Amino acid sequence: MMAYTLRRLLLAMPTLLVMLTAIFVLVRLVPGDAASVILGDQASTEALTALRTKLGLDRPFYVQYFTFLGDVFTGNLGLSMSTGRSVVHEVLTVLPSTIELTLAAIAIGLIFGLPLGVAAALTRNGWMDYVSRIVSLVGLSFPAFVSGILMLIVFSIQLDWFPVLGGAASGTDLSDRLRQLALPALNLGIIMMAYVMRVTRSAMLGVLTEDYIRTARAKGVGASQLVLQHALRNSLIPIITVVGLYFGTLIGNSVLTEIIFNRPGLGKLIVGALNSRDYTLLQGLMIIFAFCVIIVNTLTDLAYGLVDPRVKYE
Amino acid sequence: MTDITETESARPGGLWLAFTRNRLSWVGLALLATIVLVAIFAPSLAPYDPLEQNIVARLEPPSAEYLLGTDSFGRDVLSRLIYGARISLFVGFVAILIAMVVGTTIGVISGYIGGIFDQIVMGVLDVMLSFPTLLLGLMIAAMLGASLENLIIAIAVTEVAPFARVARAPTITLKQRDFVEASRAYGCGPLRIMFHHILPNMLSDVVVMSSLWMASAIRTEASLSFIGLGVPPPTATWGGMIREGFENILDAWWLAVFPSFAILLTVLALNLLGDALRDASDPRSR
Repeated sequence: MMAYTLRRLLLAMPTLLVMLTAIFVLVRLVPGDAASVILGDQASTEALTALRTKLGLDRPFYVQYFTFLGDVFTGNLGLSMSTGRSVVHEVLTVLPSTIELTLAAIAIGLIFGLPLGVAAALTRNGWMDYVSRIVSLVGLSFPAFVSGILMLIVFSIQLDWFPVLGGAASGTDLSDRLRQLALPALNLGIIMMAYVMRVTRSAMLGVLTEDYIRTARAKGVGASQLVLQHALRNSLIPIITVVGLYFGTLIGNSVLTEIIFNRPGLGKLIVGALNSRDYTLLQGLMIIFAFCVIIVNTLTDLAYGLVDPRVKYE
Repeated sequence: MTDITETESARPGGLWLAFTRNRLSWVGLALLATIVLVAIFAPSLAPYDPLEQNIVARLEPPSAEYLLGTDSFGRDVLSRLIYGARISLFVGFVAILIAMVVGTTIGVISGYIGGIFDQIVMGVLDVMLSFPTLLLGLMIAAMLGASLENLIIAIAVTEVAPFARVARAPTITLKQRDFVEASRAYGCGPLRIMFHHILPNMLSDVVVMSSLWMASAIRTEASLSFIGLGVPPPTATWGGMIREGFENILDAWWLAVFPSFAILLTVLALNLLGDALRDASDPRSR
């Protein structure tokens, strides 16, 4: 397992490098350059030149590139252009809130999505399968901010069950916190549930027609053991793959959800950075998302090894 | 979208039959046709000018005069909704068209050449696939600035990688087939083989997926417009309307609700259609 883990980590390095390079190039697509953005249209040529020298924008492209890489790998993401605090500090302040939200959503998605997907596969073409397919397709068609707004209108404004203005307070007690978490987590979780359900159904359908399932059934293996140990376990690889790939969508959806429910988090930070044209913060956030994606991809690969022992020896 | 069904029906085999047997595909087709017609005939369908402001009639709830109410500038929500369909469909369609051409070309070339070139290209595309679509689009749109062209570019970029993947796989199997060998022996150059012999044989795979990915493109367009990176106001876009509705959510729920359903129905229609097409083209899931 150790060697397998190490190999996966090494394989992640080129991916990381590609992502960082793409971010470096993208940020330099801004019309004008960082110095003119910071100082605005009225800035004098001297001031611009001074700031360019300070930011290193006058140096050759490749020098800037390697400085950028060096900074990233030493954890220096620069200072936010609007607040002047370090980008790392800005991110760490709101990160727990985003992690809380996404973990709750993943839990909801898996706890409800897996059993429903299995049930749909077992009753293939029955009414339950039909209903669950329509439900999951509708769930997948919701952009996260649309479902969020509808939930906000129904549950917070019309029924007044939940607070409208999300949760900024971190010192409040647990029940308040849960009330603030409930709607955003449900919003993200239901969309993820639709996804997990669909994937589980099709993975299970693929496995259920395999010969070894027929053999097991012929041997007299009980229904629950057949489903859980023989079918579900072998469906897990495609399920894990797709859930791992879903992480990117989950991040995008959590950004929208945080805006709708006015929750502090990376999403609100991004929009704030966009509105104040804070390009260093935006770049830093993208780098952090790139790292998150790589970590999740690597964990997904490692999960293969846990689920299917054959993977490790390939 | 009628293009898709026509090319599919022309293809021998039971694809068209399998597609029409699926009841949900008809629902999707009917929904989509309605939305496309609404977009085309927007000028004759809309009761008011979508940009005309009427300060006296601000934030009016739905009534006989204004069927879906008015927004904070006194503009008719129904008219804006009807015109908004044009932007959503246009951006989604053009972005997918660009992504399809670019992605398929990359996929075919990469699969045909193979070797290290293929591995590098696929490595980069995998990175693009795993990076959050919305954030990639957001980043590009933010860097280029908010406009119709930049929005289309941003969305097209996010959808290139899936097309390249779908085009690459059949290319690898097709290039070893006898008819490709034969045309090579005949003296055809690699470009001719790729685009005259291989491409037509896998085009249906690509077209089938484009419906599903247009759904995702329209979702991204709405999300970016909602964040404020879409076609700038006063142009009516569904995402932009929801953004305005969100600012008035406590006093005027109708502003956000109607465009929400418009987006939902459009994406759902494309998903239903795409699902049916994919199921029909994959014999295993029939």
